[in-house]
Formats: sequence, structure tokens, C-alpha cells
Amino acid sequence: MKMSRRLPAIGLIAIIALISFASCSKKEVKMTSDAPTGSELLIGEVGSMTGSEATFGQSTHNGITLAFEKINAAGGVKGKKLKLISLDDQGKPEEAATAVTKLVTQDKVIAVLGEVASSRSLAMAPIAQQYRVPMITPSSTNPKVTQVGDFIFRMCFIDPFQGTVMAKFATETLKIKNVAILRDIKNDYSVGLANFFKEGFEKAGGKIVEDTSYSAGDMDFKSQLTTIRSKKPEAIFVPGYYTEVGLIARQAKELGLNVPLMGGDGWDSPKLKEIGGKFIEGSYFSNHYSEEDKSPLVQKFISEYKAKFGAVPDALGAMGYDAAMVLADAFNRAPELTNTAIRDAIAQTKNFASVTGVITLNEKRDPIKSAVVLKVADGQFKYQTTVKP
Amino acid sequence: MKTLIPWGVALAAVFGLHFILTDRLDAYYFTILMYAGINAILASSLNLVSGFTGQFSMGHAGFMSVGGYFSAFITTLIAAKNPDLLIDPVLAPILFGGILLAAGLFSAFMGYLVGLPSLRLKGDYLAIVTLGFGEIIRVVVLNVDAIGGARGMAGIPALSSFAWVYGTLVVTLFVIWRLVHSRQGRAFLAVREDEIAAEAMGVDTTKAKVRAFATGAFFAGVAGALFAHYLRYLNPATFDFNRSFEVIIMVVLGGMGSLTGSVVAAIFLTVLKELLRPLQEITKLDFRMVIYSVLLIVLMLNRPNGLFGTREISSFFKRKKEVKS
Amino acid sequence: MLEFIQHFVNGLSLGSIYALIALGYTMVFGILKLINFAHGDVYMLGAFIGMYTSRALHLAENPSLGGLLIALAAAMVGCALVGFLIERIAYRPLRKSPRINLLITAVGVSLFLQFSGQLVFGADPKFFPQIFQIEREFSYGELKINPLQIMVLFISIILMVILQIVIFKTRWGRAMRATSFSHDLASLMGIPTDRVISFTFMLGSSLAGAAGVLVGLIYPKIEPLMGVMPGLKAFVAAVLGGIGNVTGAVVGALILGLSETFLVGYGLPTFRDALAFALLILILLFRPNGLFGKKGTDKV
Repeated sequence: MKMSRRLPAIGLIAIIALISFASCSKKEVKMTSDAPTGSELLIGEVGSMTGSEATFGQSTHNGITLAFEKINAAGGVKGKKLKLISLDDQGKPEEAATAVTKLVTQDKVIAVLGEVASSRSLAMAPIAQQYRVPMITPSSTNPKVTQVGDFIFRMCFIDPFQGTVMAKFATETLKIKNVAILRDIKNDYSVGLANFFKEGFEKAGGKIVEDTSYSAGDMDFKSQLTTIRSKKPEAIFVPGYYTEVGLIARQAKELGLNVPLMGGDGWDSPKLKEIGGKFIEGSYFSNHYSEEDKSPLVQKFISEYKAKFGAVPDALGAMGYDAAMVLADAFNRAPELTNTAIRDAIAQTKNFASVTGVITLNEKRDPIKSAVVLKVADGQFKYQTTVKP
Repeated sequence: MKTLIPWGVALAAVFGLHFILTDRLDAYYFTILMYAGINAILASSLNLVSGFTGQFSMGHAGFMSVGGYFSAFITTLIAAKNPDLLIDPVLAPILFGGILLAAGLFSAFMGYLVGLPSLRLKGDYLAIVTLGFGEIIRVVVLNVDAIGGARGMAGIPALSSFAWVYGTLVVTLFVIWRLVHSRQGRAFLAVREDEIAAEAMGVDTTKAKVRAFATGAFFAGVAGALFAHYLRYLNPATFDFNRSFEVIIMVVLGGMGSLTGSVVAAIFLTVLKELLRPLQEITKLDFRMVIYSVLLIVLMLNRPNGLFGTREISSFFKRKKEVKS
Repeated sequence: MLEFIQHFVNGLSLGSIYALIALGYTMVFGILKLINFAHGDVYMLGAFIGMYTSRALHLAENPSLGGLLIALAAAMVGCALVGFLIERIAYRPLRKSPRINLLITAVGVSLFLQFSGQLVFGADPKFFPQIFQIEREFSYGELKINPLQIMVLFISIILMVILQIVIFKTRWGRAMRATSFSHDLASLMGIPTDRVISFTFMLGSSLAGAAGVLVGLIYPKIEPLMGVMPGLKAFVAAVLGGIGNVTGAVVGALILGLSETFLVGYGLPTFRDALAFALLILILLFRPNGLFGKKGTDKV
């Protein structure tokens, strides 16, 4: 048969082709990298620039680029300019993993910023850890992310804390005893936050009268809200993304459920006010920063962001900015720019004054930060109170 | 036995490449290679169902996720109780092989369940039902907290390797090739060509369709397991309809009925995805899915047979038509 | 008891939206025996056309019935055009091809609309301008009904009646039925089948476009992927009622809306989408011709 004679030849050609495809240099994962030469410091970013969570990725990206611009304008770090290499992951964990692999092995970045969502950070972190490149996630709140290894850091508070923030606010400030929960089961952030809220609220003596869910992408929530209505809650905890919360607020009011809604930082977007309209007024959510914060640092950031991007920054923009600033600060403090030195410098971040609060990283590489509670009123997010950890 | 030689050579080549490439090839290219191999397995398995048996299935990602989660569940349990088992140079490969097999069988069972109601359904309805099954599987996974739900499953041991992926590919191609060229295979083709006539000729179309689904699901499940143990993280969002669609486009582009086509198209599209990355960075827009869908339409309008039609690579080397005695 | 009634009302409202989309689906399937996967995405386009029209003409500043009608007209015309183009470019050349090719192309068209929608409109959700409001509140104690949704229900029923009349009482309708029965025979009889098919497509698509505007009004968040699930569910509804049957489409849609609402309200909210598929499988297994379908044997 001709086939049996030809195929080994094909196989041989294929092998030769693949070998020439391979770079023959032996690649070892260095324990300590050399300090980068060259006039630029390459930093990688992985974000969802496309896909339905594009606004989150875009805001974070804006914050980071603003920070880098400022730093470079002031002369850069150790005389070198910061260069950002930004890759899109389309909102998919495996794309995030491929992107970070490319950044680390091809582009040879010295640090990685990303991702917003915990599911994508969890896909990226093992790779950053494996290649011993420091990674800072600006806003992933799942505790597991920093547990991956000592090269993984985060800039935001974690879900266990955020959950208790609203629980505290509900019991102490709003003085509410009965709350219903409406969580997004498709979103790990929402599920986690709901669980921690429940824990905190019940511990403080409150009662969860109904705990039901929806899936991101749903349009109609009347069934769940009708069931909730029958249990007569004083408020509804809706820890989802702004994309659904606006509609939920509308439909709740339509059903005569005139109680405030409560949520987390996933609400933070001007679209919430647009879609929710007057129906979301009077509701509260926890966030990382408030645009009403009078501190000069925050106000300066807001005006610079507005000037460059034409919009008031949301929390994600602020956290992207902070992550970039902390990174640059670590670069400055590190005796040399090797991976282990950068890692240690980040870990030693103490009392760093940032837009989203004073950042000190604990031994788990998570920051100890306060949260703010905002109220949607008169078409704005109005500051209510600060909750300390 | 002669016909087994090329397959043996292929396997040997895989092992050879494994030792040359692992830890030597740049990690980024290695990732692309691994995903290309996994996609090739997926495309070939879907080709069996859609190409050779003519049953348009839109839920293939569901079988992939079933295999992935099943295998990951087992290995994470083992990693917690008995982590040394996974590093043992002799036991680990045997264990992983066994787990892959189990994942495939579990997926095949799912495929059997999907195939059953589909028996009575015509093309269009079958397609939507398979889509529905894919969705149902995704929703169920989302609701089972034990495998992570929306959080996903992290910390899956890194057990996949070049040898496993490409070795599995060779085995997949071998099995499907032999299957298609057997009596059962003729039944598949008969079902594709004209189901009513086949039934009239005494072909058990029911059995054929169910077998096709189950076998396709088996290999999809194995591919899912390989994927899970490479990415080391599983999330239900990965296995949505878009994933099924990506596999469909590979099969259609390659040629529904050509295994060579499936492999070539899978590798081509996986590489293309990365090649298009600069375009994405510049325009900040994801053109990929638009390109895929346009490609699908254009293919159907102009070249529905795809790249290879129903030919395999071996047919390029036949000078004269073989007369079978 | 009150909750039950509220759920019932919610279910009918939800179902009437599916009904609007299902009408177009069933018409196209009736005549072409094709599941136009892109139908749900035409509905999405209707919503976007409505939104951009409303924005351009500042219709939200003076909410009025006139504004709504303008938006509806724009969407219906736009979607009719889109439907015409899809049929001409993607489906007509394949009329003589194997069914599976047509199916694959339909999937391709659907995905093309979704993803180019993401490119052109942006993937993030947009707010649909409130161009029309009914001030009258419909509430009876705790029972609350959204007047807009009652309007949609009535529109669906009226459309169903109109379509029935058109299909069974007019010449053009007869041409549609003849073409649906057999293209070749119909064209032999002198019926311009190509035109009939185009017309059917345009009609179905314009209905989808209208649905898009109405849904945008009631659920003011729109985004390019919004048509996928409703499209599939409308298909299930049409099958439930007997595909090709206009009354069946509406009845099937109402049943689907109700079952979904009760499932979510009384226990399993996250299986809402899965329910539609489960129903599809069940109906195809046990009564493939749907509730109003003819007793045929063409599911072989």
C-alpha cells in the first residue's frame, strides 16, 4: 500500500518542521531574574476590553494609563519610562491564561496588572507564580487569588470583608432586621458576597427572609421579586453587577416593593443610574471610594481622569490607578529591579496613600482597607459612611 | 497489520516531539500547540457525529465540560488526600490514563443520554435539542457547589503534557478512522446520506446515531479532561455555546467527513486566533467571532465541503483508483 | 393566593413577549421549513434601531404615543429590510442544498448579527429611552400589573388575529399557504414563490423588530446578545403550539411564559432557561406536532 510508505515520510517532514518551529535554547525558569536593561520597563496588563464586561476592563485600563502617564512625565522610575503592554482576554479565563503566558514569556514583562474578575485572576495567577513574575490584581475580591503564591498581590478588600460591610450598615445605620437576598448565580463574586453578607447579617441578629437567585443576562425578575414581596423584607440585598440591578430596581418598584436595595461594588457604573432611573434612588452600595471624598489626592485624581477621559472615574478606574501607583512605588523602593526584589518591595507596602484609601498589605498580600457606603440620590452616588475593617 | 505502521510511527513521533519540545519550546508557543491539539481532538470527535453521521450537534462543549469536571473532581480529591500519587513517575501516568478513560466513559454516557431523545428528531430539531442539552449541562454545573459553581474549580493538578494531548489525538484519529471504515461506519454514512433509505435497507439507524453520539462524546470528554489539567482551572463560562460553535466551525472548515480536515482546521484556527491578536490590540475590537461567522456563511455558500471535503490525507497519494477485490 | 395571581399575571406578560417573536418564527418556518436562527437577532436589531431613532429624534423628551409609533415604524421597516437581505443573500442560494447546510448558514447569520452588533454598538448594555408611558396604574391591592405589558399582550393577540385573517382569507395568504405546501407545485400554478417567500420573511422580521422596540420600552436595557435566549424560547414556544401555526405560536408562548414564571417563583430560579429546552425535548418526544399541529409524519 502506498499509504504505509508515504506516511512515515510525512511524519518525518512534520517532525523537522516542528523542530525548526521550536527555539532550541534551553529555557529554565529563573529563580531570580536579572534587572532589565534598556530604557523602558515593560509591564503587562490583562483585561476584558471586549465582551460584556468591557466597561470594567476599560475603566481599569484608563486608571493604569493615567498613572503611567503621570509617572513618566515626572521622569519615570529610576530614570526609565514605564511601558504598558495590554492584552485582551475577551472575558474568558483560558484567554487570560494565554495572555499572561505571552506577556511573561514573550514580552518579558517584569510585572503584571490584572485581572478584574476573580475567575480570570485565578486562571492567570498560577502562571505568574510559576514564572515568578509579580502580579497585582486591582479588583479581584475572591480570597483564593492571593493564596496561589507569594508573587500574587491584590489592591482591594476581599469579599469576606465587603459582605460584612453591608451587613453592618444594614443593622447599625439602617436598623433593619429582615432582608431578602437576590444573588447572581452565574457570578462567583455575587455568590461569594451574598454568602458573606448572610453570615454577617445573621451574626448581628438579623434575619434573611428569602434567598433566591437569577442568572446574569436575565431580563425579567418579577417572579423572584413576587416571591420576595410575600416575605415582606425591609430591604433586598442584590450583590450583582449594574447590568441587572437597574432592571431589578424598576421591577421591584413596579411590584410595589418600596424598600431600599443594597449591593456591592459591582453596582459602580453610571449605567446603573441610567437604567435604574428614579427607581434605584434611595438604594445603597459598598464601594472602594467616593467621588465626594474631599481629600486633595482624590479630587486631583478625579479632575485628571476627567480631563483625560471625559468622565468621572468609577471605582475600577481608581483601583487601576492605585495598583499602578503602588507598583511604581515598589519599583522605587526596590534596591534593584529583579523579580524577587520587586516582590519583596510590593509586600512591604505600608501606609501608601492612595485614592481608594491607605494601603498596607498584610502577610496574605491583601490590603487592609476601609470601604465606603454610597447612596444613590438625586442622580448621584452620595457618600454615607466609611466602614473600617 | 501493515496499516497499523503509520499509526505506530505517528505515536513514536509524538513521544519524540514530547521530549524535544517540553521545557524547551517557548511557553507561549507551547500553549498554542497544546490548545491546537485539544481542539483537534474536539473537532475530530464532532466530525464523527456531524460529518460522518450527519447529525448536526451544537452542544459539544457540554460533553467537554462533563469530562473536564469529572476528571478534575477526582484529581483534586486525590491531590488533597494523597498528593504523592500524582508525582510518582510510574503510577501517575497510569492513574491519569485511567482518569482520562473514566472521564471519557462518563461523557459517553452523557452522549448516550443525549442521543436517546434525539432518535426521532430531524436535522433542525436535533440541532436545537443538542444546543439545549449543552445549555442544560452548563446550568447544572453552575448550580453544583461541590464543583465550584460560578467560582469555578481551581488548583487542578497539572497532569496534561504534550505526549498526553497528541498521543490522545493519534488514538482518537485511529479509533474514529477504524470505526468509520467498518460495518458500523457504513451504517453511519448510510444514516447521513439518507436515513429513510438506510432504515429500509435494514440499517439500525437508532443504534448508529446513539453510537455516534456516545463515541463523539467520549473523545470530547477526554479532550475536556486534558484541557482541565492543562489550564488547571475550570469555569462553566468556558463551555458556553460559543465554544461549541468554535468546534463546529473547525469541522465545517476542514470538511465534514474528513478527519484530516478537522485536524488541519483545528490547528489553523487555533493559530489564527493568536495571529489575530495584534489586530485586536490595535483596534480594541474583537473581530474573531465576526470573522468566524462570516467564514461559516461564505463556506456554506461557496464551498460547503470545506477544505478537504470527505478526503483524507491518504487520498492525495493514490495515483490510480484502487479497485477493491 | 395573591402571589399566585401575581405570578400568573407576570407569566402572561412574559409570554406575550415571546408570542410577538414566535409569530415571526413560525411564519418563516411554515413557509420555508427553516429554523431562522437569526430571528432572535433581528429582534435585537429592532430594539437598537428603535433606540437610535429615539435618540436622534429626541423622542424621550416628550413621551407620546406618536413617538412610540415612529420608533416602531423605523424598527419594522429596518428589520424588514434586514430580513429581506438575509433571505436573499444567505438562504435563497441554498434552497436546493442539503438541509444541514442551510442550518449551518442560519447559525452563521445569527452569530454574525450578534458579534457585529457587539462591534458596532459596543458590547455593554444600553439604556432604551422611555419614549412612551402609560400613566394609569393598574393595581388591585397588592396585585400590580404593568400597563405596558397589558398593551403587549393585546398587541400580540390582535396581530395573531390579523395574521390569521391574512393567511386564511386573502389571496396573498393563499399564495403563502400554497408555497408552504410545496414550492414547486405552487410555482407551477403561477405563484411567484420567490416573492412570496421574501414577503413572508419581511413580514416576520418586521414583527420581530416591533417586538424589539416594545421589549426595549418595558425592560429598558438592551445589548447585542439580548436576542439569543428570547429567540430560542420563541422557537420552543412555536414548536409547543405547533410550528407553522399562528394561533399555536401565541398559545405556546403564553404557556412557556407561565411555566417559566412559576418555576422561578416557586423554587428553581436558575433553571429558568433550561426549562425551555426541557419543554422542547418533552414536546418533541411526546407530541412532535405541538398542540395545534396537524397529525403529520414528517418528523421521520
